[in-house]
Amino acid sequence: MIEIKNVHANIEGKEILKGLTLTVNSGEVHAIMGPNGAGKSTLASILAGREEFEITEGSVTFEGEDLLELDTEERAHAGLFLAFQYPVEIPGVSNVNFLRTAINEIRDARGEAPISAKDFMALVREKSKIVELDSKLASRAVNEGFSGGEKKRNEIFQMAMLNPKLAVLDETDSGLDIDALRIVAKGVNSLKSADNASIVITHYQRLLDYIVPDYVHVLYDGKIVKTGNKDLALELEEKGYDWIKEETQVG
Amino acid sequence: MGQYTENELAKDLENQDYKFGFVTDVETETIPVGLNEDIIRLISTKKEEPSWLLDYRLNAYRAWLKMTEPEWAHIKYEKPDFDKITYYAAPKQAKKYESWDDVDPEMKETMAKLGISLEEQKRLTGVAVDFVMDSVSVATSFKSKLKELGIIFCSFSEAVQEHPELVRAHMGTIIPHTDNFYAALNAAVFTDGSFCYIPKGVRCPMELSTYFRINAGGTGQFERTLVIADEGSYVSYLEGCTAPQRDENQLHAAVVELKALKDAEIKYSTVQNWYPGDKNGVGGVFNFVTKRGLCETNAKISWTQVETGSAVTWKYPSCVLKGDHSVGEFYSVAVTNNFQQADTGTKMIHLGKNTKSTIISKGISAGDSHNSYRGLVQIHKNAKNSRNFSQCDSLLMTDHCGAHTFPYIECKNPSAQIEHEATTSKIGEDQLFYCKQRGISEEKAISLIVNGYCKEVLNQLPMEFAVEAQKLLAISLEGSVG
Repeated sequence: MIEIKNVHANIEGKEILKGLTLTVNSGEVHAIMGPNGAGKSTLASILAGREEFEITEGSVTFEGEDLLELDTEERAHAGLFLAFQYPVEIPGVSNVNFLRTAINEIRDARGEAPISAKDFMALVREKSKIVELDSKLASRAVNEGFSGGEKKRNEIFQMAMLNPKLAVLDETDSGLDIDALRIVAKGVNSLKSADNASIVITHYQRLLDYIVPDYVHVLYDGKIVKTGNKDLALELEEKGYDWIKEETQVG
Repeated sequence: MGQYTENELAKDLENQDYKFGFVTDVETETIPVGLNEDIIRLISTKKEEPSWLLDYRLNAYRAWLKMTEPEWAHIKYEKPDFDKITYYAAPKQAKKYESWDDVDPEMKETMAKLGISLEEQKRLTGVAVDFVMDSVSVATSFKSKLKELGIIFCSFSEAVQEHPELVRAHMGTIIPHTDNFYAALNAAVFTDGSFCYIPKGVRCPMELSTYFRINAGGTGQFERTLVIADEGSYVSYLEGCTAPQRDENQLHAAVVELKALKDAEIKYSTVQNWYPGDKNGVGGVFNFVTKRGLCETNAKISWTQVETGSAVTWKYPSCVLKGDHSVGEFYSVAVTNNFQQADTGTKMIHLGKNTKSTIISKGISAGDSHNSYRGLVQIHKNAKNSRNFSQCDSLLMTDHCGAHTFPYIECKNPSAQIEHEATTSKIGEDQLFYCKQRGISEEKAISLIVNGYCKEVLNQLPMEFAVEAQKLLAISLEGSVG
């Protein structure tokens, strides 16, 4: 699905990613954990194509294509989705109008005809159930006046609507109470299939009680320094990140 | 990364020709260049006007001679040389068209290019079109249907001939010929326009619409519109404009007068898309318009405008809330790009008791343009319990454009309630990135965000106009983020 090789990235001259390597295959869920400032959100940003970051070394191959050669929207057309840590508000633009535009742009890029209004509304009804999103939220302006939890649920709703091959969830659990967390996790789990994959970026182990990862990676100082299964997450929860830091420095 | 940069995109789009820039080759009859009393007499004679109207014109001209061009607006332009303008141009065929079939094929083509083909218009149920090309109305439709209801909807010249008593009684009563420099000029040399009268208690069943265009090169256009809604009546009036591309500046100084009698309601919507000049600020239309409406008791006037065109815009559709319980509304979207300048807003004059006004203004500046909101809310001493709410938002697309707000509030009655809200924001890189991540191209994203921003105003437009307005906004702002 995606192969990230020795990626170095900097912003305003400061190197954040220092040789990150990660391979994700179809059907897999990978969790990326790490202390603040390790480069977790930078990873999400460079995958989505934020222009502030400069990639100085390395490569990213997505479904056989050089991802770094693609513009942000082309990456979306290819099936990459980012659930934002801080979803923005777009006043006056209804969620449904926004999503319909997005779906039709993606379909257009793939040479498909626009979705009919009837099919679209059926899709909205079906997918909003997954995240228990109030149908009123679907017709309200994108994220405008949404609570933190509603914004995150809306991200998962959008993900469900766009049905991506690879979803990158950037600290989707931050600021969520336990009920919202459960709903978000349920959404992610129910969308899981053998054909798609996700990268779940999180600071806490908590989310991984609900979204069970196949692999857990520890990102520290711009590199993945440790990889394990879900037990690694529990170990981190128990011991914190200091032992990783020490281990890395010793190594 | 695959870099088709914003700059390249912007360049591509700047080089796009003005979509409606073409000249129709219809034989045009003009009179000598320049302005003096003889020219005014000639115009009046050509139009076979009654003597009172000639006197009105001459009085206005004499008043105009003593006036000076206003300089208080936040705009810079080369003042027009009024002696170099041709004040009258009419397509040569004098005959009236009884049906669309009689209309010159070339004219039909012009309208087709404008996206308002007559065939389409005819099918569009509920829309009667009075198409003004240059200064003479060449086609009118749905007339008989309106006639049944006693509604008069015709060209101004026709109204002068057919309904002189109505024209004489109301013309210039809302905007006197001495009102301002451009209104005086219009009163002296206006050539045509539209006239509309809705009788007592009649609800006009269709949107009345007029398409104005400027066609003959170097011809100033001086339109005059008069809409009278008699007691308890209702009308929704649409005005839409596009103009062909020209290198020299074209002056447009229109006058629009609305009168809503007791319990009447007038909704006046405008989409203005005159040639804004090229990307270097060369050419474009000067739009100096005076629009004002008068509300009697319990009447309501609502102005909605989407302004995307013209090199220079100077325009303040206003409401005089004379009657008690009358309501005035102003909804505006003004877009400026490249070197366009707009100084636009409204005046809400509260004279009666319990009068209410709402102002929603959305300014969008791109390129090197300057966009100003200028508004006056005036509460007179007898206007007890009057209320005004104003909201003026500015959206900046680049870091070298300008947004300015000049609100004036004069309140002489302590029971009045006046609210003013204003915001200025720059189009968010984060919003654009969010849209792009969902697969939406930058152009579509801008159009989506801007249309969302203007939603409160666009919602006021009749459906078919709203669609056109949304397209216009997108066209006007293509590749403008920087």
